[in-house]
Amino acid sequence: MAQDQGSTIKQIVKDFGNDRHRLMDIALNVQTQFGYISDNAMETIAQALGIPFVEVRDMVSFYTFLDRKEEGKNVIRLCDAVVERMHGMDLVAQAFEKELGIPFGQTTKDGSISLKYTACLGMSDQPPSALINGLPLTRICPEDVPGIVKDIKGGKKYTREKLQGAIPSSQVETNLRKPGEVIFAPMERGAAIREAINRPPEAVIDQITQSGLRGRGGAGFPTGMKWSFCRKAKGKEHYLICNADEGEPGTFKDRVILTDAPDLLFEGMTVAGYAIGAKEGYLYLRGEYAYLLGFLEQVLEQRRHVGLLGRNIAGKQGFDYDIRIQLGAGAYVCGEESSLIESLEGKRGAPRDRPPFPVTYGYLEQPTSVNNVETLCCAARVLEKGPDWFRKIGTKDSTGTKVLSVSGDCARPGVYEVALGITIDELLDMTGADHPQAVQIGGPSGTCVAAKDFGRKICFEDIATGGSVIIIGKQRNLLDIVKSFTEFFNDESCGWCAPCRAGTTLILQMLDKILEGRGSTLDLAELQKVGNTIKKMSRCGLGQTAANPILTTLQNFRGLYEALCKTDEFMPPFEYEKAIAAGVEIAGREPVEEEE
Amino acid sequence: MDKYTIIIDGKEIEAKAGQTIMEAAIQAGIYIPHLCFHEDLIPGGHCRVCTVMVNGRPQSACTHPTAEGMVIENDTEELLEERRRIIEMLFVEGNHFCPFCEKQGNCELQALAYRFGMLAPTLPYLNRKIEVDASHPDVFIDRNRCVLCGRCVRASRDVDGKSVFGFEGRGPNKRITVNAKDERLSETQLSAADKAASICPTGSIVVKRVGYAIPYGKRKYDHEPIGSEIEKSASKK
Repeated sequence: MAQDQGSTIKQIVKDFGNDRHRLMDIALNVQTQFGYISDNAMETIAQALGIPFVEVRDMVSFYTFLDRKEEGKNVIRLCDAVVERMHGMDLVAQAFEKELGIPFGQTTKDGSISLKYTACLGMSDQPPSALINGLPLTRICPEDVPGIVKDIKGGKKYTREKLQGAIPSSQVETNLRKPGEVIFAPMERGAAIREAINRPPEAVIDQITQSGLRGRGGAGFPTGMKWSFCRKAKGKEHYLICNADEGEPGTFKDRVILTDAPDLLFEGMTVAGYAIGAKEGYLYLRGEYAYLLGFLEQVLEQRRHVGLLGRNIAGKQGFDYDIRIQLGAGAYVCGEESSLIESLEGKRGAPRDRPPFPVTYGYLEQPTSVNNVETLCCAARVLEKGPDWFRKIGTKDSTGTKVLSVSGDCARPGVYEVALGITIDELLDMTGADHPQAVQIGGPSGTCVAAKDFGRKICFEDIATGGSVIIIGKQRNLLDIVKSFTEFFNDESCGWCAPCRAGTTLILQMLDKILEGRGSTLDLAELQKVGNTIKKMSRCGLGQTAANPILTTLQNFRGLYEALCKTDEFMPPFEYEKAIAAGVEIAGREPVEEEE
Repeated sequence: MDKYTIIIDGKEIEAKAGQTIMEAAIQAGIYIPHLCFHEDLIPGGHCRVCTVMVNGRPQSACTHPTAEGMVIENDTEELLEERRRIIEMLFVEGNHFCPFCEKQGNCELQALAYRFGMLAPTLPYLNRKIEVDASHPDVFIDRNRCVLCGRCVRASRDVDGKSVFGFEGRGPNKRITVNAKDERLSETQLSAADKAASICPTGSIVVKRVGYAIPYGKRKYDHEPIGSEIEKSASKK
């Protein structure tokens, strides 16, 4: 490594206070500077931080967006999520391969462009999509590809430096189809904060408890209770983290909230900080949304300017609080709160065993409340308009609205803010879907609902969801979608625990056997058993839901599987002819069949 | 220290505040099958073999703290089946050939398979190509036999103070890596006397030239099933 590279890296480490917990930012900056993070770079980072080299490699090797080998000057990451596949992503992929003369996973000979696949970018309402040097490009047609490549090679657009600006002309559509009264209604900057600081923190928590607000990430834990546990837990510091790492395929509601209602979110984060007694809040922003970073930083700066962040907020003596945005680097599992905390601490995003829960033992081992983007927006609105107002929306156990990300086979994909308790049928009408065969609620980790169950409600009492709704039309091969979901979990498994790591690889292989017509009904039983083991024995939410695409379709669409299994007899896991082919070639003769 | 009672499989046992279920069970002479857990190390929660039902919910015994009145199910048909399937998964994920592995008879993976009544894996083999590193003069790594339990990582970091081992990658690509740029074990500070060199439950990290000092048939688990030492301590109490 050249001397100047070494000194540049040392300077980057120094810029982040030689703080091991900022390893994510250090790695991202080294990558921005040099295009990748070499072994030598990792060694320099390790030496500067005073930590073993192996810890840096452990962390860097975990994240999809951190490269350890030299990539092309420009990197195209084409999203291969299910909805993109439904909308012609494969043709776009072929067009890129043809235009550049390389398959995905490779770099052009002149080193100018690398082609890669990536998981859901949060653009399923405008597929197919790709990140070009971190900037999203949506609704890509195969015909666009030559022009895109020409642009990239011409160096006019899509350069890394662009990442730092405000929202670039990224062509991302908002697609807010139905604003509701909680999240997307007009707001007055500071209104919720003023309501909060006129009360003691405990009374703020009471307001949230009375509103019945439950976590919007999908699990539905009562927010007031979480804040109360966190506030009461003893620690040197208390921390508030906003989870903006929505990685569930088909989810993009946070993208729209961050674009259209960032002030409401920061208001909520500030209210939460006051309630739990935090001085610092973190917005963990998924790497796919790096293009929003500059814009969000500007909003934070404006809020500091008007005294809504910083010291003595809104004139309240002693209420000091600020927000830092932490960028992620492409790892679905970091949406799980304990993985997110590990990632925020500059480590691989492996989940923790719980208990202890983050409310007592979170970021830097201190009491921490991790809340969803939408939850914090709701909390701000509860303070502003009162818990009674909030309770009037939704159902008894599911108060307020839910922001749903609707994609797939419908006329109007986009974001819908609806009162909790809406039926799937009502939603399908709203979005202009035409009698689909299934609706995937909650993304791959959720449930695949068959048409007979479209009367079911979206709320905590019935089908709870983080908000991903993928509509699957009659023309689709549902089992191909199940396979794609299962591949996603296999790619995104952190690998920490055996049932998830080995299990997701195995069910994929077992599913393939069935899809290729080599399965028997015995294989269905076996698939079910392995799926159940993954669900029951895995360490975190990712593993516990990784078999859901298979398990829920085995339950709701069993006929599709049975149609592929032509026998009840044992079928070998390999094909005899193929398995002996290498041996036949070496021996130079065909096996002799035994005579009856 | 606060003492209280917890119940494992209907039996009341004493536990202390701060103790995990595993620690309390071992102290009471109750065997909860485990693989990545080791008494000298901070628990990692990797293998999930020690999963028990705690008040009806699955939790790993090695990491889950006890609480007064906790009701735990351990030795049930259902959990036996799940544990056996995890062991099977580990067998097909790696390349384990017991008959000519120098660890056999002392191997915890093999011993658990026997204890659980696993005769041969029923799951499909993944047949992965995995590398071996014999560069170190006294210790080798055969990643074919690695179950990613992380014992070496924890032992080297927390006991030996060397951080010779670490993880690399994620999901199916996760593997053990070493603290050297060129990934050769010989370039690390590992010594055969380190805890990390002898704590591997399988034959993945093995000290050279001692593999056959005790012949097959006379090894630890050739005499009695894994877990017997814990169960015997109960009969003495």
